[in-house]
Amino acid sequence: MNTITNDTWILSVGTFLPLVGVLLMLFIPGSEERTHKQIGIVTSAATLAVGILTLLRFDFDQSDKLQFFVDSEWISVISSNYTIGLDGISLPLYFLSMAVTFLVMIYTWDNMPDAGNPKPFIMLMLILQVGMAGSFIAQDLILFFVFFEVVLLPMYFMIGVWGGEQRQYASLKFFLYTMFGSALMLVAFLALFFQTGAASFSFAHLAEAGALVDRDVQIWIFAGMFIGFAVKVPMFPFHTWLPDAHTQAPTQGSVILAAILLKLGTYGFVRIAIPMLPQGAKAWAPVIGILAVIGIIYGALGCLAQTDMKRLIAFSSVAHMGFVMLGISTLTEFGINAALFGMVAHGLITGMLFFVAGSVKHRYHTLEIKRLSGLLIQMPRLGWILGFSAMASLGLPGLAGFWGEFPAILSAYNPNFGLSVGLYRTLMVIAALGTVLAAAYLLWLYQRTAFGRPNPEFTATPHPVGAGVDGEHHDVHIHDVTPIEWVAWTPFLVAIVLFGVYPQLMFDVMDPAVTALVEQVGAGIP
Amino acid sequence: MTAATLTTGWFLENAWLIPIIPAIGFVLIIALGKRLPAKGSEIGIASIGASLVLAIGATYQWIDRVSSAGGGEYAGPISGVFGFARSIFPSASEAGTETYVEPVIRSWTWWQSGGLEFGFGQHIDGLAIMLLLLVTFISLLVQIFSTEYVSGDRRYTHFFAALTLFSAGMLVMVLAENMIQLILGWEIMGLCSFMLIGHWWEEQANSRAALKAFFTVRVGDVGLLVGTAIIFFGANQWAVDNGSNGFSIQAISGWALSGEASDSVLLWGGVALFIAAIGKSGQFPLHTWLPDAMAGPTPVSSLLHSSTMVVAGVFLVARVYPVFFIGFDIGSTNINLIAVIGGITVIAAAALAFVQSDIKKVLAYSTVSQLGYMMLGLGVGAWLPAVFHIFTHAFFKCCLFLAAGSISHSGSHHSFDMKKDMGGLWRKMPITAGTWMISTAALCGIPFFSGFFSKDEIIDNAHNNGYNLFYYVGLIGAAMTAAYMTRATYLTFFGTPRGAAAGEHHDDAHDDAHGAAHAAGHDTHDDHGHDTNDAHGHDAHGHDAHGHDDHGAHGPHESPWRITAPLVILAVLAIGSGYLNAPAVGTHYFTDWVEPVGAAVVTDEYSSDGYGGDDHSESAALGFAAPMAEEGYSEGCGYTTPEAGTICYAPKLNHAKFTWGKAAPSILLVAFGILASAWMCMGVFGGRRNPFAGLTSKFAPARWGHTFLVNKYYLDHLYERVIVRAVAHPIAAAAYWVNQNILDGVVNGVGRGGRRTGEWVYRNVDQRVVDGAVNASGLVASESGHAAQSIQSGRVNQYGALLFGAATVGAIVLILVNI
Repeated sequence: MNTITNDTWILSVGTFLPLVGVLLMLFIPGSEERTHKQIGIVTSAATLAVGILTLLRFDFDQSDKLQFFVDSEWISVISSNYTIGLDGISLPLYFLSMAVTFLVMIYTWDNMPDAGNPKPFIMLMLILQVGMAGSFIAQDLILFFVFFEVVLLPMYFMIGVWGGEQRQYASLKFFLYTMFGSALMLVAFLALFFQTGAASFSFAHLAEAGALVDRDVQIWIFAGMFIGFAVKVPMFPFHTWLPDAHTQAPTQGSVILAAILLKLGTYGFVRIAIPMLPQGAKAWAPVIGILAVIGIIYGALGCLAQTDMKRLIAFSSVAHMGFVMLGISTLTEFGINAALFGMVAHGLITGMLFFVAGSVKHRYHTLEIKRLSGLLIQMPRLGWILGFSAMASLGLPGLAGFWGEFPAILSAYNPNFGLSVGLYRTLMVIAALGTVLAAAYLLWLYQRTAFGRPNPEFTATPHPVGAGVDGEHHDVHIHDVTPIEWVAWTPFLVAIVLFGVYPQLMFDVMDPAVTALVEQVGAGIP
Repeated sequence: MTAATLTTGWFLENAWLIPIIPAIGFVLIIALGKRLPAKGSEIGIASIGASLVLAIGATYQWIDRVSSAGGGEYAGPISGVFGFARSIFPSASEAGTETYVEPVIRSWTWWQSGGLEFGFGQHIDGLAIMLLLLVTFISLLVQIFSTEYVSGDRRYTHFFAALTLFSAGMLVMVLAENMIQLILGWEIMGLCSFMLIGHWWEEQANSRAALKAFFTVRVGDVGLLVGTAIIFFGANQWAVDNGSNGFSIQAISGWALSGEASDSVLLWGGVALFIAAIGKSGQFPLHTWLPDAMAGPTPVSSLLHSSTMVVAGVFLVARVYPVFFIGFDIGSTNINLIAVIGGITVIAAAALAFVQSDIKKVLAYSTVSQLGYMMLGLGVGAWLPAVFHIFTHAFFKCCLFLAAGSISHSGSHHSFDMKKDMGGLWRKMPITAGTWMISTAALCGIPFFSGFFSKDEIIDNAHNNGYNLFYYVGLIGAAMTAAYMTRATYLTFFGTPRGAAAGEHHDDAHDDAHGAAHAAGHDTHDDHGHDTNDAHGHDAHGHDAHGHDDHGAHGPHESPWRITAPLVILAVLAIGSGYLNAPAVGTHYFTDWVEPVGAAVVTDEYSSDGYGGDDHSESAALGFAAPMAEEGYSEGCGYTTPEAGTICYAPKLNHAKFTWGKAAPSILLVAFGILASAWMCMGVFGGRRNPFAGLTSKFAPARWGHTFLVNKYYLDHLYERVIVRAVAHPIAAAAYWVNQNILDGVVNGVGRGGRRTGEWVYRNVDQRVVDGAVNASGLVASESGHAAQSIQSGRVNQYGALLFGAATVGAIVLILVNI
């Protein structure tokens, strides 16, 4: 694999910079809450600045090559190196993780979860950011695994300490389930390592050597990775941790979980499992495709059955990640491009939906759909944002969600490498039906919560006669979008429109890398 | 190209600006609208006006371009606008142009995948030009109308924003260069339809109607996504060979007629795309959303749900017509899906229009029925009459809806119920009544009104192309149209005034559901109730359901000029637009300007070294029988594969020759429909003694039929109470039960099992065996003279665990290092 060695410092600094903030915070007493929030914002802003610099220094004409490449000795005893690099596949996700963390920090300024105590909360978020960014730059399996696991613990504590009523159950389930996946994944990594002659853990080496492994062995190794990544995505039937974790997590946790953490699984498929085990991937692709489509329909049905807004949004992730996995399972350029686009789009859109859910909860102290009504009257702006995000989520063209969904459906018409055309065309039609269900659960949610008149239980406060006609009438507790929320949300909203109107912004970066990847996979399939 | 070089011009080359202007207008209205003096409506009107100017410019230059292709004598485009005047001049060449006029195509990279780049741009041909002009023109009139009609509404600004965005969406679709862009415009329209039907979302009925409309259309959209995918992969190879890609509309057309397209791909792609058209254009059996969509404000019904958006499905079929032409063998007289669905829709919707008492619902079913005519026309190979019917229908149906709005605004106290609140209004509202009559005449197809020239052509061409069944369907539909419109006209404008039309004022009789909602608002929460009441005081004007005080002081009267001016303009066009293509007076401008000529075009590679040698002329038949038409084609584009080096972009189409003799049956049937209906109405509603008075109570089969119609063929029951309810409740609940109890049950079971195993191991192995052994050894040790005093039995466990842990880690490291 061609690599470009320039600005070798930039990725390491971008990844580990948050730790500086963590160190600093260690020496400041927890009672100085504002200081901690400020440090959190400044640190993540600095990280984002490095991210923007990375974007500027990135050579977009060569996005199929690994850039800012570093390969230095790390744990030589197990031939694992500190190998990092960034190409068109990882760049959008790497940058997204930085942007989301920064915006979540800003949101935290006004919206600490009820448990309070921002010092550990912000420290955990910063550590989380290190793990996320690291996972996207790692070009060595052990390094990847370490970062992948670093993510786990902060999220466990975020849910377990700052979560909702059933936080302990949810956090433990999240932790154990993901650990279970990781264990199998590690076994698969080690097996691949030994099968390829135990020479190196580097991605480039394994992608070359892995293709030469026996087909049957590839299938077994792929099975291990499949479970590890599928739990993380999550794919049906390994998804049951997700609704609990999402529903119980604090808003910040839900947003990060939806925007970035789930993508570690899909990214793992694209970056590790498929290129390293081409024949295993081909053998497993129909299974992935079928499970993905079951997830689309099943997730949508699950949404229709929900009575809690946040849990509904959580279930919708199962459906949306189904589209992503369907795209990946076709092993085509179209499909994988769509999947990568879909990851970012889903991160932005579902992240935004979780923000809205968090703000609704903050104001009404409930997310029960039955009790919410007339949001558009009490909070017209928030109501509009909810409507906008719902439309984006159901895949309206012109907004980002469409470009992950439609090309994925399209790609299933003609799967690559002689995969069964009949099967995939059936999957295509079922997946397309899933878009109808998506419209159903999202608009139904919107109709029930935003339309109509506000529930009297939230309008009980006496109010002077002759209030403005434009929905100015509200309870003192029910206020519309705050300035801090605007600051945190506007980039999400702008990005959803921008990528929706001009998707070439992202496709241009990803496509060369994906084309190279698919070529490489094709070379490994006899 | 054999003809002289085609002319082009700034307006044609930059037609892509036409949708961009309202799109920017939308953003400006949202951002600034509320702070402006006219609350954003001025931006909406200005942006649509600017687009109209550009569209007129583009139309002018397109006509220039067509004439430069060498068709007939040319008297300048302006004269064409005045159809009457033009007919005096010697007519242009009988056949019009003979060469295919290249559309003006421009494209910019929009996205890429797999190394292919896909564009965003414009595809300007006659069809696009016609709709650009139509949409901008009607949008402008409706926006002007709305400034009066919804003035004072609490969401006035949002209303104009959504109307403007709608126009942008429709225009994007109309000039779409490729299928993805078409989908973009198509879905933006769906969104605006949702926003505008649900404009008064405080009432549950409105928000339900909005949801139903979006959702039903979305069901059809599955076909759009799937069809686009099928066609893309079918056409892409051919398209790439010809320097394009499989989304490009021109490439799809060329590929479909190239003879290289597989029949099954075309058939299935066509079926899928047609399903989308069924959803969007309210064809049977997905038409049920359209009448419910009348819950939206009347200008919305007028613009979106009659004249423009709902023709999107028809437009889709007309746009990639070659796919359907070949896929469904339209050139033969085989009965095909499009014609069948169109035919069923014509009759089924017309029948429903007879039992409505809401004036807007009559018009809604009439729209469905007329859309059926357009589909039928496309299905029988009458492309041009169908497209012409889009054009004429837009004017008279828009006029009818605006007239209904005018009646409700000034005549019937915000009621749309013909039976309760109308009657005898022609005296009070002469302008509204006059424009209504003219448009009704056009809709019924009375000679010399525009509908006659378009609808009759569809019927005539169905016959001419050998589709005799659909010829009769068309005739029956025409009689039914005349009859139900006569009924509506009678109920509205004649007879004795009733309810509000008689000056009675009643608080909530016109809409029980809304009245009840108000009452609830007052009872349950005083504070809020007060607020809404207050708000209603402000927006009563124009709010269909809420106006109680505004017009309370006086009875029915004529509407102000901002309402009547659009009515008059539209009424003039309801007559005049027909003369653009009136065979009875010998005009065929529309044919010349809009219809793509089905002649093969020489591709660039071949044009230099000549073509048409004997080697290339092996034009194989495309696989269907020669048409049965009087004077049909059996070869040429759409029938035989084009010669090598040439490409067909449009099939060759027949045009029936108009004679008054052939038009006579439909004229007679329409006359019969009007007279019979008038007589029946006098009996049923007017109290005249005749056999039809009280028929449904006297005669059981009539009653059954009536009930069947009143329940809309029970389709809504099937959809809402069976399918939707089943999916939303038992099926979703079952899926969720499986999730919680089976999938999650396994997870929790494993967790619990793990804990129990751990406890058991701890209790039985650790505490009894291991610890037992340790304790025993400790006992031994202590008994042996306190030799091991330093080992305190409580800590032994910890030490053991530490040791064991260290050994494990060491072992792993050793294993790793050794290998």
